[in-house]
Amino acid sequence: MAQANQQALAALAAHISAKQGAAVLSTEIAFGDLSVTIQPQALESFVQFLKDDKLCKFSSLVDITAVDHPEEDPRFVMVYHFLSMYLNQRIRVKMALADGEITPSICAIHPSANWFEREVFDMFGLMFSNHPDLRRILTDYGFRGHPLRKDFPTTGYTEVRYDEAQKRVVYEPVNLVQEYRQFDFLSPWESAKYVLPGDEKKA
Amino acid sequence: MMDGKLETNAFGDALTGEQRIRNFNLNFGPQHPAAHGVLRLVLELDGEIVERCDPHIGLLHRGTEKLMESRTYLQNLPYFDRLDYVAPMNQEHAWCLAIETLTGTVVPRRASLIRVLYSEIGRILNHLLNTTTQAMDVGALTPPLWGFEEREKLMVFYERACGARLHAAYFRPGGVHQDLPDDLIDDIESWTWTFPKVLEDLHTLLTENRIFKQRNVDIGVVTEDDILKYGFSGVMVRGSNLAWDLRRAQPYECYDEFDFKIPVGKNGDCYDRYLVRMEEMTQSILIIRQAIAKLRMEGGEVLARGKITPPSRRDMKTSMEALIHHFKLYTEGFHVPAGEIYAAVEAPKGEFGVYLKSDGSNKPYRAKIRAPGYLHLQAMDHLARGHQLADVAAIIGTMDIVFGEVDR
Repeated sequence: MAQANQQALAALAAHISAKQGAAVLSTEIAFGDLSVTIQPQALESFVQFLKDDKLCKFSSLVDITAVDHPEEDPRFVMVYHFLSMYLNQRIRVKMALADGEITPSICAIHPSANWFEREVFDMFGLMFSNHPDLRRILTDYGFRGHPLRKDFPTTGYTEVRYDEAQKRVVYEPVNLVQEYRQFDFLSPWESAKYVLPGDEKKA
Repeated sequence: MMDGKLETNAFGDALTGEQRIRNFNLNFGPQHPAAHGVLRLVLELDGEIVERCDPHIGLLHRGTEKLMESRTYLQNLPYFDRLDYVAPMNQEHAWCLAIETLTGTVVPRRASLIRVLYSEIGRILNHLLNTTTQAMDVGALTPPLWGFEEREKLMVFYERACGARLHAAYFRPGGVHQDLPDDLIDDIESWTWTFPKVLEDLHTLLTENRIFKQRNVDIGVVTEDDILKYGFSGVMVRGSNLAWDLRRAQPYECYDEFDFKIPVGKNGDCYDRYLVRMEEMTQSILIIRQAIAKLRMEGGEVLARGKITPPSRRDMKTSMEALIHHFKLYTEGFHVPAGEIYAAVEAPKGEFGVYLKSDGSNKPYRAKIRAPGYLHLQAMDHLARGHQLADVAAIIGTMDIVFGEVDR
C-alpha cells in the first residue's frame, strides 16, 4: 500500500508542478507526505488552484503554522496543511518568509484560516494582509512579544499575582528565585561549543 | 440598531420607551457551566436572538508548544494528556505515531492492539461526557450522573493499565508502557456486556424526550459547505451525512482489520450529532470486543525494543549496556532523525494532528498541535448567528469543546 501511495503522491506532485510551474519551487515526498515549496507571492492563486483543480480538490484547510529559524535567511517558514476529503489525500505547502514580510491572508478562500493566521500573528509576529480581524488570540489581553520566536525566553517577561493590598491582579517583571535551568543532556562530544580538554591538537 | 435612533414599526405607530430597544452586549463566561471550561463569548443580542458571537479564547493557554521545544521527546508525551483531558490516550497516540514514522519504528502487534483497545475506551469516555453534559446544558440533570458512573469504571481500567486515572502517559513511542494483566482484559470484556444496558437507559432518558428534542432538533445545522469552509472533522462531519472517519479513510495502527460501521446523521443538527455519538459508542464496544479476542491470541512484547524504548528490567539487572542505555534514555533521551511529519488520528472530537519538525537532536525543533475543537469553536459565530441565546449552550455542547486542547 505504501508503494501505491508513493506513486499517487509522485503523480500528484508532477501534476501540480506542470500546472503551477511558476509558483512551485520544489516538491518533496518524505515519510508518506507530499510537501510543496512555493513562491510567497503566488500563495493565493496556488491555494485557489489546490481547491478548484479536479485532481487536487484540497477543500479543507487542516492547519497553518510557522517555524522560526533565527540563524537562517529568510528567517521564517510558513507551513500550510490541506486535506481533500473527496480524493483522500493530503498536501503540505511551505514558503520562506523574512521577518516583517507580509503574507496575503487566505481567509477569503478558506474562512477557517482566520484563527490560524491570528495564532501565527500572535505567536510569531508575522503579519497578514486583508485579514478581517488580526488580533492576538491565545495570549493575555495586552501581551507583548511573540512567544514562539526562538529568542523569546520560556519564562516570559512578566508574571502576575493577586495583590492583597491593592485588591487586584498585578503584573510584575519575572523574578526567578533561582536561575532558570535549561538542562543540556546531549553528550559533550555533540553539544559542547568549546574545545574539549585533550582535543586541542585536533582543533 | 446601536445608534439609539427612535424605532418605528412597519405601521408607523408610536412606540413606548420599553419598545425602543437597542442591541444588548452580553458576556457569556469565562466562568459559565455551559461554557465547558473557560470560554468568554461576547454576544451581541437583539432581544433573545444572537446577532454576533465573538469567542475570546486563550484563558487556559499554557504555552505547551513553547515548553515542548525545551524538553525531550519522551518528556513531551505527558503534555498530550493535558490537552484534551477527557480522552487523554488518543492524543498521546498522535505524538507516538509522529515519532514512530520519523524513526521508522515498527510497533509490536500486541502493543498495537492495546492501543486500539484504549483508544476506543477513550472514545467512549469522551462521548459519555459529551452527550450527557450536553443534555445537562439543555436542562436534563440525570444523564450526567448515570454517564459519570460508567466513566468512573473506565477510569479504573485506565488506572489498572498505567496507574493514573486521567494523565496516563501510557502510549509510548514504540508501543505501550506496560503489558495488560489477563484479569484486566477479562474485566474490560465483562464491562462491554453490561455497558449496552446503560446506553439503552440513556436512550430512554433522552432520545425520544420531548424537551431534549425541542432543544436540539434543527439547532446548529451544519451543511457540507460549512464543513469545508470551516475545516470541521469528526462528528461535526459525520452528523451531516458525510462518512469521513480517519480510522477508515487513512487507517493507522491496525484499524483496517477491525469490523465496525461509521454512523452518519442526516440533517446535521445537534440532535443528529447526539445520535451519531451514541451509535459510535456502540461501535466502539464492538471494536473493543474484537481487540480483546485478538489480544488473547497474541502474546509477546509490548514495546519495540531498541534505541527509543527502555530495556527490560531483567536485562537491566544483568547487562551493563542495558543499564547505560536506560540511563541515557531517561536523561538525554533518544534522537529523532531530521525531517518533518504530520501525523493525525481520529480522536473522539475529530482530527487531532501533530506537525513535528525535527532537527535530529533529542528535542523537537517545533511541534504544532492541531486540535479539532479550535476549528469547531471558530465557526461559533457562523453557527450561533440567528439562534436564541439558550441555543448557544446547546451548540457549544454539541461541538464538543474542551479548552485543554483549544488553548493549548
